Amino acid sequence: MISAAEQLSAPLDLGLLRFLTCGSVDDGKSTLIGRLLVDTRSVLADALSAIERTSKRRGHAGVDLSLLTDGLSAEREQGITIDVAYRYFSTGRRKYIIADAPGHEQYTRNMVTAGSTAHLAVVLVDARKGVLTQTRRHACIAHQLGIPHLVVAVNKMDLVGWSEQVFDRIQADALAVAARLGIEDVRFIPMSALAGDMVVERGDHLGWWHGPTLLEVLERTPAAHVEGAEPFRFPVQWVCRPHSEAHHDFRGFAGRVESGGVAVGDEVQVLPSGRTSRVKAIWLGDVALREAVGEQSVLLQLEDEVDVSRGDLLVRPAEAPAPVREVEAMLCWLAERPLSLVRRYLVRHTTREIRAQVTGIAWRLDLTALEQVPAEGLAMNDLGRVSLRLAQPIAADRYAEVRATGAFIVIDEASNDTVAAGMIL
Amino acid sequence: MLREVAGQCANPVLLFSGGKDSVCLLRLAEMAFRPARFPFPLLHVDTGHNYPEVVAFRDRRAAELGERLLVRSVEDSIREGKVVLGHPLEPRNKHQSVTLLDAIAEFGFDACIGGARRDEEKARAKERVFSFRDEFGQWDPKNQRPELWSLYNARIRRGENIRAFPISNWTELDVWQYIARERLALPSIYFAHRRLVVRRAGAMVPVTEVTPSRPGDLVEEVSVRFRTVGDITCTAPVESSATTVEEIVVETATTTVTERGATRLDDQTSDASMEQRKKEGYF
Repeated sequence: MISAAEQLSAPLDLGLLRFLTCGSVDDGKSTLIGRLLVDTRSVLADALSAIERTSKRRGHAGVDLSLLTDGLSAEREQGITIDVAYRYFSTGRRKYIIADAPGHEQYTRNMVTAGSTAHLAVVLVDARKGVLTQTRRHACIAHQLGIPHLVVAVNKMDLVGWSEQVFDRIQADALAVAARLGIEDVRFIPMSALAGDMVVERGDHLGWWHGPTLLEVLERTPAAHVEGAEPFRFPVQWVCRPHSEAHHDFRGFAGRVESGGVAVGDEVQVLPSGRTSRVKAIWLGDVALREAVGEQSVLLQLEDEVDVSRGDLLVRPAEAPAPVREVEAMLCWLAERPLSLVRRYLVRHTTREIRAQVTGIAWRLDLTALEQVPAEGLAMNDLGRVSLRLAQPIAADRYAEVRATGAFIVIDEASNDTVAAGMIL
Repeated sequence: MLREVAGQCANPVLLFSGGKDSVCLLRLAEMAFRPARFPFPLLHVDTGHNYPEVVAFRDRRAAELGERLLVRSVEDSIREGKVVLGHPLEPRNKHQSVTLLDAIAEFGFDACIGGARRDEEKARAKERVFSFRDEFGQWDPKNQRPELWSLYNARIRRGENIRAFPISNWTELDVWQYIARERLALPSIYFAHRRLVVRRAGAMVPVTEVTPSRPGDLVEEVSVRFRTVGDITCTAPVESSATTVEEIVVETATTTVTERGATRLDDQTSDASMEQRKKEGYF
């Protein structure tokens, strides 16, 4: 048997950081990502020479780094980014996945999508423009999504004469917004993505800044699965019954440890049925483990013949959430057709699908004023607090406590589209 | 993710070409489903222009796993008149779409699991992990479902299709590190070997039956390996002396040219050529 820690030294698990970048149009977000990729030497020669040629053809003075990230031809025609794009780089110490969310007002849905898996958000501010409505909106959404770390990148410092006073004023403004939203971990970095100062290299222009560069902040941000003790949560994805000669009576429950950990011999409870048993064995492929920890995909065998199927949740009895049929949640509406209070939708929570109806809207969040306002409905990109009634009970946590069992999506059965993202309060 | 496909879809299939990415997929499937059999068959869309080493490896690996391997070939689509070649030796990658869609219709597959990665090409950076295709297999970049957390929505209507990409977030280096860690077997042409090549437009073109040398070509014997193994007519090797996975990991970590830039002769046609093919039903 080998320990869980040994298994975790997988290339993909070792200190991976997923972060989100968001900014208004022309804040230089694509240039910042291009700068990160180029200065960490993640862009290979042929890709770089391709954008050099394009930059020259378009008559740019230098190399337009934003061309590295503006992927689809529809976007290149319009010169804007219209969908979430994912970029990859590594520094030797850590691997990164960037979710690049477009900045337009109407793309709150993209930011919610990109932010749902992010552990840190970089919000760009144009030093000439300071804190805008858009900045408040991005900070607010990042906070609602429970992204634990926020970095405000004050970009284009080259265009304000590298002025410390300008930076200080923006920092004060943004801190006021953060305080109002209740955001605790927020950092500020002055930079110029165009010139490269304070992104990866310190550069020559910001000698008055003694704080870290953006890359230094990224390198030091703790990875998701090392933060705090969490309750054990194991949504069952698939029941493994080989029916073969060698494994005649084998019954294993496959899933991913979404939170906490479990060891052989531990007592577990099946929700929503409430039956209990003990863990007989934990399998990672054909390797038997003593314990399984967060983010590991494993197969659990139980001591007793309890009825378990896809959609059930395994927990420890002492930490079991009470199954409920009514939930209060923040809902971000993603679809063009607005929320209907008379229709039934499908809710996908962990590996379970349940019919549900929204029975009331308490308020909508006005992302400009950052105030709760009364609302009759929710339209695309709206964020509001709602009550839901479910056809069957679910074992849910508050999203703020356990993301995986506090999150759900709403599916419209008429179109099969994912129409909303929900976070249980 | 593989279990989510198995849990949500009635009749999925895993695309296995014998290439390194799909070798990783098979390993992940073992991790997800053993000791049971895979809840789906394997499918290879054969262009008829594959390296024999890769085809032999494909068959051997499927047999070792004891899983069902289906093969459908572009050659048959050509014979049936569904694919018309502009030139007998032209690259057949783009024609795979036709054969794949036919296979989907023949077996009624509602989900295809593939080894595509977002880092391969710009148009793939925005691809979903669960990508929705209409009944013509078309990918509409503006009509993709938002993907939140790890809550995937694979619901479709009859005739529509989900393409699922479990290693979407892996890079070329991740793939090689995984192959090293799991000690996965690969077709021999991934490792350095001596081969007759000619140099054209900065890339090395192997001399084969379907890519013969032309008069005036300088044919050299070079130590090479393949970074991708697709259709012979559009997959070029790179110079290398790496004979083990560990040596390839080192080369990959220090390379200066992208995987497709060096080795895929078909993607260079235009900056947007991958996006165009994807819209037509390509992976």
